[in-house]
This record gives sequence, C-alpha cells and structure tokens, in this order.
Amino acid sequence: MNNQFNTSYFPDERVDGLEKVTGKARYTAEHQIANMAYAVFICSTIARGKVKKIDSTNALTLPGAIDVMHFENCPKVPGYKPSAFPELKNVGEWRGMKVFGDNLVRFYGQPVALALAESIESANEVAKMVEIEYETEPHETDFHTLRKDPSKLKNGSTYSRGKSQAYKEAPFYVEAEYNIPIEVHNPMEMHATIAHWETPDTLLLYDKTQGPKATQSAVARLFGLPDKNVRIIAENVGGAFGSALRSWPNVSAAVIAAKKINRPVKLVLTRPQMFTLVGYRPQAWQQVGVGADAQGNLLGISHYAISNTSRYEDFREGIVDASKFLYKCDNVDTDYKLLPLDLSTPTWMRGPGEATGCFALECSLDDLAFKLKMDPIQFRIKNFTDIQQESKLPWSAINVKDCYAKGAELIGWKNRKQMPKMLKEGDWYVGYGMGVGVFGAGRGTSTVRAVLRTDGQLLLESAVSDMGSGTATAMVKVAASAMKLPEDKIKFVMGDSDLPPGPMQGGSTTTSTLGSGVHLVCESLKDLLKNMAIESIDAFKSIAKENISIENNKIFVANNNALSITVKELLDMRKVPSVEIIKTSPGLNTREIQKATNSFSVHFVKVHVHSKTGEIQLKHIVTTGDAGKIISEQTARSQMLGGAVGGIGMALTEEVKIDHATGKISNASLGSYLVPRHTMIPHIDVWFTNKPDPYINAIGAKGLGEIAIIGFAAAVSNAVFNATGKRMRDLPITKEKVLAAKA
Amino acid sequence: MAYCYQSSTRRSFIKKAVGLASVGIVTSLLADALPLESFVPVPIPKQKVKLEINGKQMELMVDIRSTLQDLLREELGLTGTKKGCAMGDCGSCMIHINGKRANACLGLAVYNDGNKITTIEGLSKGDQLHPVQAAFLKHDSFQCGYCTSGQIMSAVACLREGAAKNRDEIKKYMQRNICRCGSYQNIVDAIEEVKKSGVKV
Repeated sequence: MNNQFNTSYFPDERVDGLEKVTGKARYTAEHQIANMAYAVFICSTIARGKVKKIDSTNALTLPGAIDVMHFENCPKVPGYKPSAFPELKNVGEWRGMKVFGDNLVRFYGQPVALALAESIESANEVAKMVEIEYETEPHETDFHTLRKDPSKLKNGSTYSRGKSQAYKEAPFYVEAEYNIPIEVHNPMEMHATIAHWETPDTLLLYDKTQGPKATQSAVARLFGLPDKNVRIIAENVGGAFGSALRSWPNVSAAVIAAKKINRPVKLVLTRPQMFTLVGYRPQAWQQVGVGADAQGNLLGISHYAISNTSRYEDFREGIVDASKFLYKCDNVDTDYKLLPLDLSTPTWMRGPGEATGCFALECSLDDLAFKLKMDPIQFRIKNFTDIQQESKLPWSAINVKDCYAKGAELIGWKNRKQMPKMLKEGDWYVGYGMGVGVFGAGRGTSTVRAVLRTDGQLLLESAVSDMGSGTATAMVKVAASAMKLPEDKIKFVMGDSDLPPGPMQGGSTTTSTLGSGVHLVCESLKDLLKNMAIESIDAFKSIAKENISIENNKIFVANNNALSITVKELLDMRKVPSVEIIKTSPGLNTREIQKATNSFSVHFVKVHVHSKTGEIQLKHIVTTGDAGKIISEQTARSQMLGGAVGGIGMALTEEVKIDHATGKISNASLGSYLVPRHTMIPHIDVWFTNKPDPYINAIGAKGLGEIAIIGFAAAVSNAVFNATGKRMRDLPITKEKVLAAKA
Repeated sequence: MAYCYQSSTRRSFIKKAVGLASVGIVTSLLADALPLESFVPVPIPKQKVKLEINGKQMELMVDIRSTLQDLLREELGLTGTKKGCAMGDCGSCMIHINGKRANACLGLAVYNDGNKITTIEGLSKGDQLHPVQAAFLKHDSFQCGYCTSGQIMSAVACLREGAAKNRDEIKKYMQRNICRCGSYQNIVDAIEEVKKSGVKV
C-alpha cells in the first residue's frame, strides 16, 4: 500500500478545543429533558449475602420523592431472563450484573435500590431514608492470602514453546515476584446516563460511552427492541481510559427506571461509586524468571500470573502475552489463572494486561542485565528481533531501536552509572531507568459517510465517540490530506448512534480503523467527482480519470489550465445541493498480509531518591513511541504525555485499599486514592519514530493510547534501583517501601 | 440534614442499630440518619438569594440543600462548571467568588447571598477569548476537556494573585486541580506563556 499522508495543511488546534476552553462542550449529565427525574443509587453495605427487606415507606413521604426501585418492584426486563420472553426478537442476555434482577449482594457497594426524586437534593435525601436489612454471608476479598490456595483459582491458561523453566538452567538468571494493586480509571467526568422513552418502544439515551453502537445494541437487546429504536448520544466523553468500553448497571438501571416511572431519568454516579461500579485494573501477582548466557542471549523466560475477577464474571487480560513474543527467546512458558473474589468485575484499563505484564517483564530484564553487568539497553538490543516470537510472523514495522537511541540521548543516558548509589546530589541518590511497552495494533471495520456541499464544506459522519484522545481532530487531518482541502472546510460529526456504524474507541485502534474509513470514503468521493465531471462536461470526456486531479474543491487536469471546474459549478450543473457517499472499510486480516502488527514504546526516567526518607522525585521523563505515521502531532503528543502521567500514578501512588473485615474499599475518593497532580510532573519529552507502517492501513498510522503507559512503571522501578540498589517489585513504590527494602 | 424532618434523640438510633447488629443484620442507615418512629417530613425549604453571576444580577428562590455547583449546573444551565467529585478533591468546579477561586461544590448556594460569582462562561468577552483560554487552546492543555474549566479558572486566579513567578510556583498553586488525562505540562506551559506575555488577566 502507498502512504500518501502529507502534513502541509495542518494548523495545530483541536477541532473541539474552542468548545472545551469556553465551557460550552456538553457532557452526558449536562443534557436537560422536560419532566426529568433524578436518580441516586443506594448501595450495599455488606460484601456478600442477600437483601432481606427494603422499606421505603418513610423515604417516599419525603417532599419530592417519586419512587424507590429495587428487586421486589423492578419491572420485568427481557434481557435479564431471555428464555422467559420467547415471543420477543433481538433479546440478548445483559452482560454483567443484572441490577435489581435479584436480591443477591455480590460486592460491597453494589446497587440494591434506586432513589428517584424531583431534584438531586431530594433524591439524595430519599436514598438516605430507605431502610435495608441484609442477611450477611462470609466474604473473601483478600487477594494476597487467597491466591496461595490453589483450590480458589480457576480457568488457567498455559503456553509453552521449547523447554519450560529453561531459565533455571541458564548460566545467569533471576526470578522474582511482582505485585500490582487494584487501580481505578477515575476519569474526571463521572459515568452518567439519561434515559428517555420517547414512545413505549423507542428510547433516547444520553450516555458516557466509548462506543455508541455497542451501547445501542446492548440496550436494544435488553428490551428486545430493534437497534434502530434505540438512539445513543455521546457528544463529549470526559475521559474514560477503558471504563466506558461496556455498559454498566447505571445504564440498565436508568433505562428500567425511566420505563417504570414513565419519565426521563438522569442517573449520575458519585465519585465513590466510580470505584465499584465501572471496573478497574485487576489486582495481580506475577512471578517472572529470565535466564541468559554470559553474552546476554536470552535462554529462557517463564511468566506466571494470577489476577482477580468477580464471582459473577470472568475478566481476563493479556498479562503474560508480551513475554511470549517481544524478545528473541526459544524457551518460553507462561501460566495465567483467575482468582474470583467478592468484588465487582474488573475491566480494561489503559494498557490492559500489558501494563501489568510489562512491569514485571521489564523489571526482570533490568535485573538480569545488572547481573550480566550489561547496559539494559544493550541487553535489549542483543535480544531484539523483527520476528514476532509467538506467531513467527515478521512485524509489519518495528523501529524500536530508534527509540532506544533517541530516548537515551534525550535523557542523558551517558551520565548513568552501571552500579547503584554512584550518583548523588546532596542527600539525593540519582538514578536512570528505562522500560519497553508493546501493544497490538489492529484495524477494525468502520463505515463513514461523506457529504460535500456546494458551499465547499465536507461533512464526515460516523457513530463513534471521543474520550479525549482527539479523534475528530485526527480524522479531519486524514480527510484534509486525502481531499487536499483546508481543515476549516471539513467537519467530523460523531457521538450519535444514528450515524453510520463506527468502531468502539478502545484498544488503540480508532485512528487506524476510522482513519481507514475516512481515507476510503474520501478516495471514493474523489472518484465520484471525477466520474461526474467526465459524464457532465464534454471537455472532460476524453480525459483519462487518472489524469484528473482534485484540490481545494477544484477538479482539474494538470498541464491544462483550461480544463477545470469547481465542485460548486459541477453540483449546480447537476442541480444537486450536495454529493454524498457512504463507504465501509474492512478490518485487517493479518493472515492475509502475513505480518504481526504492534505498536512499541520505550520510556526513560531520571529519578532522585532521598537517602534518608526514601522519597522519590521524578526529575525528567522521555517517552518515545513507534506507532507508525503520526497523523496529528499535537494530540498524539498529548496522549503520550497523558500516558506518562498515568504511568507516574501507577508507579508511585495509585492503590485501592480494601478493608477485608467488611470488604469495603476504604479510599474511594480522589482525596485518598492518589492520582498524579501538578507538582509530581517533571519535564517530559515526547518523541515519535513517525515512520509509516506500510502494511497496517492506507495512512500508515497505528494506535498509541496504550503504549503511552505500558512499560512506564518498570522504567521508574528500574531508575529507583539504579539510584539506590533497591529492587522495587510491589506497586506503588512508596517511600515507606523504599526505606524498608534491602539494597 | 435535620431541616428536612423532625428528630428525636440520637441515642435511640444508636441503640436500635446496635440491636440490629447483634442479631447479624446490618442496616444501611447512615450515621446521620435518625430513628424512624420520630419521622415527620416537612416541605422543602426555599430561601431567597441575591447573586451576581457573570455580571448579571439575579434574585433566586433556591432549595437550601442545593450546593452552588448544583444550582449553577442543574437550575441555571451553567454547565461549564463541572462536577468531578462533589467533595472538593478534584478542582473541576473551580469558580471565582468575589474574585477569589473557590470550589463550587463545597458551599451551599444560600451561603452565597450577595456574592459576585464568575464561571467559565463569564470569562470571555463575547467572541474574544480570555488570554488564558487562548493559551490553553494553543498549548493543547487538555484532552477530554472535563477538568478544563476548573483548570482555567484556577489559572486565571493564579496569575491575578501573582502566584505564577516560575513553573514550580505555578504547579503548587494548581495542585488543587486534577487532570486525569495528564495534560499538566501543557497547562503549565500555557500559564507561563500568559505570565511572560505580561498581558492583563
């Protein structure tokens, strides 16, 4: 495929920037519908058992109270029990917890009732007055204790090639355990849903979702409706990082409640509910063993992992996957099991699986490089391969060596000492570390409609949403390049399931998938315009199509100034106000291209660690990405900055704490679950290889949302080791842990 | 919340809760809820409040339980002020009250009688962006945009209060505003540029 992306037309601003800096950008909870009721979840105060009795008598006498919905008075929902509604078509079982579908309590903080009232203030008050009696059963939430009991583990999956545990026979090897706590997405906008039954079987839903089409079909199947009867609006999404990749109980509860009280219902989660109701990165234990010969050739990798799931759903992710394919090694074995706990179900969180796995793998490689007395970058280059080791397919593109070189230069790697504690500034030890990240680079199916009007405006439409990564900005740039049209003539319309079906915004695929759709529809539009010119204008009839060009809405023949017509003239001649075309771009078939497709990152950090307190200060970050052609430099850079900041949280502060006596999350607020803030952020340099991937799609671009965080926590841990000689294998790396660790 | 219903003593509630717990049943009653036998609902009390919001004088009857944040967002349609936590942790709802930055979520609307309030909607003059808004746009100081109003309102206060002498000072002042997308560096770049330009904010 040819890569025809050029960057000559691009100013830097985000296309939705003006709305965002003026406060005009509207998010889900900000829509108002006449006669709307406010809903508040009432959540369980036990971790496991049954609701015995719900008494809302007094609550309902409060001024403004409308209703209290719970398992006893919840309307029958076809999707909760598909077999009970054989007459309905398009019924699918609701995935996950069927809120108010029964009286079981599966985790602390599970919604057991919904207070409905005329105002948010009244709904809060009603919620407090509902009296609930429980029958408690013993619960299990203590991951570290329970994971040691093999009878508690389930659904193991294993992999091996060559010899298992070959690392143990290598002349040099290290083996160690790694722990990652539960981390929570916590986007700034809390999940919210507004449900409005416009007729008894047509639903308008405003929802925080990363995929309007997926939400549409989930909700339609809940009620046995045709998809077209459900319209999802997600104009702006205030962050998500994976939490809005599926529909959670707030969606079903709002829809059911709106049906029950026959009024529009707005349900906004509270910040504490954001910790229990919309997923999280699962807690994980890992054991990694890596071995090499004296020259640094890897002889064996063993990677074993256990992560938690809920009792009612299995959630698996690719924790051990990078170990199978990233480095040249003939002997690899992995094992991955789940530990069900009395907690809600985890979900994909930025860099799912790989962020956890690469932390352990990349720390282990640093550990082994140290044992080999090798520079960690040289050690990785020694084991570099351009053949994906699991599939044995060559990578479509891999320029990770450029990242090593550029990153090392920018961070000042030459100042790094191989031995710890060699660099000191006052009371602070100075250390340098690096870590590698990798994630699949896919391409799915997308459909895009293009409408070109006589006024020269090009409208592109697809039912996707954008959680902040800058989808519309990137798509306008793809179209500007393809159509040779200034960006201000192009508008990308999204956030509405009525538009042509677009992909879910997740797994670092949007730019590749949707960009392919936009590119295809623009190429088809040009073709259509050329055909119209040939059909409508005598002078064009003798011209071969390939000799006709289109630029700035002018159709012309190069080297023939006389032959030219504007789009407006052409459309006026045909007496049409616009020309419209809709195209579906197919997904990538990796078997067809016989290539493995991934994006890569290498992160570098310089840290100071206080010799007396163990305090860690990040001094400089360099984050480099190898993700094909960069479509939108400004937004891509911002995504990398954000990934590094997320990585700082993962490495140093983020940890859900559970009180195992009650099963309750004890730090469910942004004041006690610590995410990075301004003062934690050092200078961050971002660099991209920016080389088009010739196989992935027509625009040469791969995703980078995930690689921005994957491998980052390892870079921090490795830098702390380089500074202090202390190997920190439990996240987050707090000063207390540093002080307690032995060098 | 005692204004919404009559109460008897707190002691009888505690006695009841203990009684329930002893037979293995837990209730979801929160600690500030009251014994049900004494429960007598009363109408929602409203009070008249005078506010100047974005230069406009208003006289409103407000639910005395309403926070300033919910009044702005739910009653007045000023949704530029965001709700990120409703407990003063995140800074998404930062506004200016009588020229000082404040969390709109942390005070009841009725506490603001007579106050002069500026929200993000009142920052630009017509189509003319405030210099901080323009700098945020230029430096791509946001991604999802949800924390942006709060960051900008804090940034304006930071500059007005002379707390932007260097990057470290800016960061300290801006510490109350979380950006989960991680646009911190671009935010500080924007504030620093406005500071260096010397333009009046």
